Amino acid sequence: MKHLIKSIIYLLFTAITASSLMAGELTLKGSTTVLPIAQKCAEAYMAENPDVKITLSGGGSGNGIKAIIDGTADIGNSSRFIKGKEVKLAQSKDIYPVPFRIALDCIAPVVHPSSKVSNLTMDQLKNIYLGNITNWKDVGGKDGKIVVISRDSSSGTFEVWKKLVMHKKRVIPRALTIPSNGAIVQAVAKTPNAIGYVGLGYLTKDIKAVLVNNVKPSEKNTLNGSFPITRPMFMFTNNWPEGETMSFIAFVLSKKGQALVSEAGSIPIF
Amino acid sequence: MSQFNTEKGVQSIFLLIALMSITLLFLIMVFLFLEGLPIFHHVSVKEFIFGQYWYPTDDDPAFGVFPLVIGSFTVAAFAAVLAVPLGIMTAIYIAEIADRRIAEIVKPIVELMASMPSVVIGFFGMVVVSPFLQQTFNIPVGLNLFNAGLMLAFMAIPTICSISEDAIFSVPSAIKEGSYALGATHLETIIKITIPASLSGISTGVILGLSRAIGETMVVLMVAGGAAIIPESLFDPVRPMPSTIAAEMGEAPYHSEHYYALFAVGITLFAFTFLFNLAADYISYKYKQAGEGYS
Repeated sequence: MKHLIKSIIYLLFTAITASSLMAGELTLKGSTTVLPIAQKCAEAYMAENPDVKITLSGGGSGNGIKAIIDGTADIGNSSRFIKGKEVKLAQSKDIYPVPFRIALDCIAPVVHPSSKVSNLTMDQLKNIYLGNITNWKDVGGKDGKIVVISRDSSSGTFEVWKKLVMHKKRVIPRALTIPSNGAIVQAVAKTPNAIGYVGLGYLTKDIKAVLVNNVKPSEKNTLNGSFPITRPMFMFTNNWPEGETMSFIAFVLSKKGQALVSEAGSIPIF
Repeated sequence: MSQFNTEKGVQSIFLLIALMSITLLFLIMVFLFLEGLPIFHHVSVKEFIFGQYWYPTDDDPAFGVFPLVIGSFTVAAFAAVLAVPLGIMTAIYIAEIADRRIAEIVKPIVELMASMPSVVIGFFGMVVVSPFLQQTFNIPVGLNLFNAGLMLAFMAIPTICSISEDAIFSVPSAIKEGSYALGATHLETIIKITIPASLSGISTGVILGLSRAIGETMVVLMVAGGAAIIPESLFDPVRPMPSTIAAEMGEAPYHSEHYYALFAVGITLFAFTFLFNLAADYISYKYKQAGEGYS
């Protein structure tokens, strides 16, 4: 019975996507970090090709890849690479996700503007998030208990932080977890002893970005590889793309598309 | 004859509609269990309920919902401590003490509070209350249990107040007049006669208000701080169940352990709100006679 319902739903979905392919329509789903890029590119692409209709939605990297596996989207946006489990699930459904690296992002540690700390080493960052360093005076700041702010454990930003800064060790449970980049900016700006991390595009003057190993988080230092906390962003397709999907991906990777990437606050790949 | 047919037709249409909504709700519940139960292939029920750590995305993941359950409960309990007395006393004021003209102004205002979108309350808590708490109590962070409980109390008061007020208002005046006739003062009548007589309605209001608080998502997601720990003080951050589901579902890979675990958290939450509503039903049934026996 369960299988029957599933196959009916599956048939419905394929019917919907099949019809959408014929009408020159594209569906993009996934990561909220990639969303601003996808939005800018979709607008420009539709302006150039008025007969194409692009539908965009967020929902997170996991949802983007799931949409490719379910066939409910032509392109799945993701701020992380596909996971082993997802590859297995895709293969079991005869789907071969193909990644396209479309942009880079750099994740900057941020503190309250009143903080005296302006540089932290990777080791210090790790120990702060492990809960081994708990006072600002241990890393050159004023006396005060560090308020550790992290992203939700399922966000793409958190995964990059965990891999590159934490080396897969666990962030202390006491850390505040906040569901979005924007909310981290809010929380850090209002909390004098806070430390958090956000994507480069979210830096504002209400918060202070900290140098890591004496390297400034910037577009230049991301591209030349000297800033240590960076990540690529992806668009996934089912198999090597064809037709409208292919030309859209080609557009994103063109000079024009990459200019839109930097307009959206991310770092173009060339 | 045709009148009879029309009536029958209308009856079956309504039956169909009623059945449809019940079936839909039931199917949602079935789906919840189908998607949640597979997690118990990966962890035991005991580990899931009493586990102290919630690290769902690690390579060696930990799915302990105990801190999340405690988070939900402490926030709801704190909200109850604030909202129950305030809600009931406001209800008593409106129904028994206030001037009719004042009551006519106050009542709609309280009920209007219920229509405040939860995201607005959450934003208020994040931007206004949080810095205020930080400065007033000199605490490191304003997104915590206290803040979340305060915001949830705001949301529960209108429900508690308006249901209690209806119950108090509908206490037959003959009972109250009897009390006055025996020489009781206004205050004595309220405490010893009116409140016990309307206890059924008041309890229903309290439980409905609190089950709204325990299931509320947006507010706790924004102001509770989101640390999956067992709080040691009122100013510790907590991570209630609904906000965990809301924050993590978008990124959980489809049909992964994490995905199942989040649905299992949903089952836990469902069990609690279900028990709450069951209790509300039971209490309102048990004390039913008290208010109406006389009229």
